[in-house]
Amino acid sequence: MRFLQLYNYEIAIFLAMVGFYVVVSRGNLVKKVTGLFIFQTSVFVLYISMGVVLGGSVPILTEGAQRYSNPLPHVLILTAIVVGVATTAVALALIVRIKEAYGTVEEDEIHQQDQYF
Amino acid sequence: MPSGLLQQLPALQVVLPLLAAPLALLIRHKTIVWALCVAVSWTALAIAWSLLQQVLANGPISYAMGGWVAPWGIEYRIDTVNAYVALIVTGIASVVFPYARRSVEREIPEHKIALFYTLMLLCFTGLLGITVTGDVFNIFVFLEISSLSTYALISLGQDRRALTAAFQYLIMGTIGGTFFLIGIGFLYVITGTLNIADLSQRLPEVTQLRTLHTAFAFVVVGIGLKLAIFPLHLWLPNAYAFAPSVATIFVAATSTKVAVYALMRMVFSVFGPSLAYQDLPFGRIVFTLALLGLLTASTVAIFQHNIKRMLAYSSVAQIGYIVLGIGLGTVAGIQASLLHIFNHALMKGALFMAMGCLFYRLGPISLESMRGIGHRMPWTFAAFVISGLSLIGVPLTVGFISKWYLITATLEQGLWFLALAVLLGSLLAVVYVWRVVEAAWFGPPSTAAADVREAPLPMLITTWALVLANVYFGINTDLTIGVAGAAARTLLGGAP
Repeated sequence: MRFLQLYNYEIAIFLAMVGFYVVVSRGNLVKKVTGLFIFQTSVFVLYISMGVVLGGSVPILTEGAQRYSNPLPHVLILTAIVVGVATTAVALALIVRIKEAYGTVEEDEIHQQDQYF
Repeated sequence: MPSGLLQQLPALQVVLPLLAAPLALLIRHKTIVWALCVAVSWTALAIAWSLLQQVLANGPISYAMGGWVAPWGIEYRIDTVNAYVALIVTGIASVVFPYARRSVEREIPEHKIALFYTLMLLCFTGLLGITVTGDVFNIFVFLEISSLSTYALISLGQDRRALTAAFQYLIMGTIGGTFFLIGIGFLYVITGTLNIADLSQRLPEVTQLRTLHTAFAFVVVGIGLKLAIFPLHLWLPNAYAFAPSVATIFVAATSTKVAVYALMRMVFSVFGPSLAYQDLPFGRIVFTLALLGLLTASTVAIFQHNIKRMLAYSSVAQIGYIVLGIGLGTVAGIQASLLHIFNHALMKGALFMAMGCLFYRLGPISLESMRGIGHRMPWTFAAFVISGLSLIGVPLTVGFISKWYLITATLEQGLWFLALAVLLGSLLAVVYVWRVVEAAWFGPPSTAAADVREAPLPMLITTWALVLANVYFGINTDLTIGVAGAAARTLLGGAP
């Protein structure tokens, strides 16, 4: 049962592995960025999960609430989301420029065009 | 200076370049923006110097951001280590910005110049932020600020390969940043705090916890990617080779150094040396990688045709020397690392500045296009040779000082084969520096070199300022050795 209780952590690990695998295995730059974003999202899930306090209510002052969930991880992850969005934006902008310069977004075709590796 | 302002210095160190960045974007006029950058970098240097003096005189400074006291609010904490690193970063910036004007005009399209300076200022902000903050999450945020601006800076290079290099760096850098984020998440789960001083008090109670060991691995690998420690260095050579000259100088001289600082801060101040070196095999892993890195990267550097790429591989090798000292885990080793951070910033800064001068006249620099250039641009070439000697580690230059301390530190531990490897690395450096000297001085002049003149005066003067610093700090070592020693003792928990 313990396995099921920790399901959000397992989802986080699963997402992280999926994202990481996509980054490593795909040659298409857009897919790589997608994988990277999934990888980052898994960390958001991880952080939000750790803020949970059993039996705690939402961290807003309400009548009758005895315990509150920890809001700090949420705040942290808001910052991390902003970082993630910025990274994706920069990455996509770079892909646009790469497409203009090389005419392709496939990694192996780019490598073929400049044989420097 | 009024005392009220004096107390705000730790915040101003970061806030000043952060405010200047959007200002540069609004002004848009390239000369005014450039002057603003120079003013900001010099002021930042003055702040860093005054903070270092305060720390040396009165001990660590704690600054509560927004008036919220330490464990709750974000603390900026300056001790000898950060004051020293901040001095390096601001010192390099205050030479790079005056150098930048002509070089940037040549390499960056007119309408992008103001944007280029904005990115430089943001990168500067991020690097300074990492150094002064006392909060691990804050380190992550500043790490990403500096990294994101670096990706964009690299992509502004003229060669289209700059784009793919920037993209590769973005992928690897983001994975590194995210690993670091996972690591600090685990730390937060264990302790419920993100403040470095607080963490260092609470973690020793839980050293056997597997979550802590996992956190350690994530943090070290994450920073290792930003640091370009040997097997994780793949992004670095192309990024340095194809970025605009000014960006290369600034990034090569500062960003990996700041990442080394972040590694030291996390390993020594947060996790503690006993966890890293006794419970976990951090020391052994790190110096094996350092050894492999400095030998392979030096060897690869010998076979490069693009000189900037050669210097980039040499940077990977030099990072090997720096981490070697960390791997030893002794006060002498850490002192050698800290010394080499300073000294390598000086020598690589000077070398890449000489490259920038050559690029200004020649365009992309290969061994062929450099043939005979020594007679055409004697001052630039002399600057290259002196800083090259410093890279090799010839006495009377800074390179000698750091290698001397590194070798003493290895022999102190009886690890004579590491000392031999350091010497071998220096011999390999002789080979790759000599290839350039041979081509530039003894080779028949290439067609490209036939009608070039000496680089513009402002660029030469600033290059020579760094070259002379290479010699000055190689002779007068009071500042560097004294502060690096005190910083190493602070990190290992002894008396400051």
